[in-house]
Amino acid sequence: MKNKIDKTNIKAALTIATTALLGTNNLAQAESTSTSAEENTWEFDSAFLFYSEVDRVSAGEAIFNAKKTFDNEEVLNLKLTIDALTGASANGAVAQPTVQTFTRPSGNGQYEIAPGDTPLDDTFHDTRVQLNGQWTQPLAPDYTASGGVHISKEYDYLSLGVNGNIAIDFDRKNSTFSAGFSYFQDTFTPEGGIPKPFASMLIGDSNDPSWDDDFAKTRIGSEDDKSTADILLGFTQVINRRMLMQFNYSYSMVEGYLTDPFKILSVVDNDGAAQDYIYESRPDSRTKQSIYAQSLYHFDTTVLDVSYRYMWDDWEITSHTIDSRLRIPLGDSFGTESYLQPHLRVYQQSAADFYRPFLLESDPLPAFASADYRIGEMTAFTVGIKYGMLVNNGHELSFRLEYYRQTPTDAGFNEPGILKDVELYPTVDAIIAQVTYSF
Amino acid sequence: MMYKKIQITLLIPILIGTTGCASLGVEPWERDLLSKKEMSLNAEPIDAALDDHIYFSKEASSGGKGFGGGGCGCN
Repeated sequence: MKNKIDKTNIKAALTIATTALLGTNNLAQAESTSTSAEENTWEFDSAFLFYSEVDRVSAGEAIFNAKKTFDNEEVLNLKLTIDALTGASANGAVAQPTVQTFTRPSGNGQYEIAPGDTPLDDTFHDTRVQLNGQWTQPLAPDYTASGGVHISKEYDYLSLGVNGNIAIDFDRKNSTFSAGFSYFQDTFTPEGGIPKPFASMLIGDSNDPSWDDDFAKTRIGSEDDKSTADILLGFTQVINRRMLMQFNYSYSMVEGYLTDPFKILSVVDNDGAAQDYIYESRPDSRTKQSIYAQSLYHFDTTVLDVSYRYMWDDWEITSHTIDSRLRIPLGDSFGTESYLQPHLRVYQQSAADFYRPFLLESDPLPAFASADYRIGEMTAFTVGIKYGMLVNNGHELSFRLEYYRQTPTDAGFNEPGILKDVELYPTVDAIIAQVTYSF
Repeated sequence: MMYKKIQITLLIPILIGTTGCASLGVEPWERDLLSKKEMSLNAEPIDAALDDHIYFSKEASSGGKGFGGGGCGCN
C-alpha cells in the first residue's frame, strides 16, 4: 500500500518537474490530480451559449473544440461553431409620437412601429457555421510557430481567414515575444441587395406593379466585400512565482464595404418630425489600433485575472475595456472539486465622427452618416458568475450566467421639438447563459 | 551630436530592460503555481471565443487580446 502511494507521488512529481522544465505554462498537464502524461490524446470542449436581449435579439451558439497534442509538442486544434439568431434589431430611425411605417430590407413587405417605440426590425434571423483549424509546433528550442485557417458561412455572409504567429521565449522562458498576422476576406450578400448610400427608403404599396422597379432604383448591387488585415505584437513576462503579465499592441486595417445595409437614419424637420428615412453610409476604410495589458495573480488559493484594453481608430472612436475574473476554489465541500468565478466587465466608447442619431432636413448631407448606436457614445457593463466542477476522470462541467447592459448616451446632439419627448438612447439588457463540458 | 543623442535614447530602455528584467522571472522549479491551467493567459478559450463574438457584434471595438478580424456579418 505504502509502495503504491510512493509510486503515485513520484509520478506526480515527475509530471510537475517535466512541465516546469518545459515551461509549458499554457498547457493543462499540470493539474495536481493528474498523474498521467496527456500527450498523444485528444481533449474535447463542448459548450452551448444562450444569449437573449429584452424585446430584441435572441441567439443560441454551440461550440465543439477538439485538441490533440502530439509527442513532440505539436498541437492540432479544430473548432466547429454553429449559431442561430432571431429577433428584432434597431433599424437606426428615431422614435416618433406617431405610427411609423418601414420597408423590410428585402423590399418584400413593411412593418409598423407604435408611437413612442424605438423602431426595431423584427425580421432578423440567421444561421452560421464556422470552422477553425490551428496548428502549433516548436520550430527550434524557444521558438514556437502557429498557423490557422478560418471559414464562416451564413445565409448572406461568407468569411475566409488565415493567420500566422511566431513566439520566441527567452530568459528561462520567463519572457516571450510574439508576432502575429491575420487576414480575412469577407463577402456580404444581404437580402434585398446593397442599398444606395443615402437613398430614401421606398415606402408604399409593395403590391403595386411598379414597386419592384422603384425598389431596384434604391440598390447598387447584390453583394460587396471587405478585407481585414491585423498585426499583433505581444510581450509576456513572468513577474514572480505568483504573477504573470502580458502586453499587446495591435494594428488592424479594414477596407471595403463597412456600411450596414439594414440601417437607416431619420431625416427630421425643425420640430423633430420624420420627413424621410435614408440608408446609412460609412467610409470604406477603418484603421484600428489597440493596446492591451493583462495580469494574472495567484493568491494563496484564488486567482485574479484582470485586463485592460484601450482602442482608438480613424473614425475617432476610442474605447476603454476592463475585464476581471476571480477564481475561487471551493475545495471539495460539495463532494467534488469545484470553483466559483465572479466576472465583471466595464466598457466605455466614444462616438464615431460620422455618428448622427438623426439628420436635420435643413442641414446639407454630410459625407458619411450612421445612426447605428453601436458606433455611438456608450457605456456597458457585464456582471456574471461561473460555477465549475471536476466530475469523473478529470472532466469539467461548468455553468455561466451573466447580465449585460448597454447604455447608449447623448454625445451632445441638440434634440429639436418632439424628439425631446421620446427615448433616443434606449438601454439594451441581455442575459447570457452557458454550459460547458470538457473531457 | 544628434546621432549620439538618438543612440543614448535607444540605449536607455535597453539597459533598463536588461537590468530590470534580471530580478523578474522564476527558476524552472518555481513554476508550481504558474503551471496551473487557471494561471494561463487564455485559461478559458471557449468562453473567450463566445464573449468575443457577442462584444464584436454589439460594440465598436474588437480584438486586443487576440486578432479582432472579420469572421461574421453580425456587425
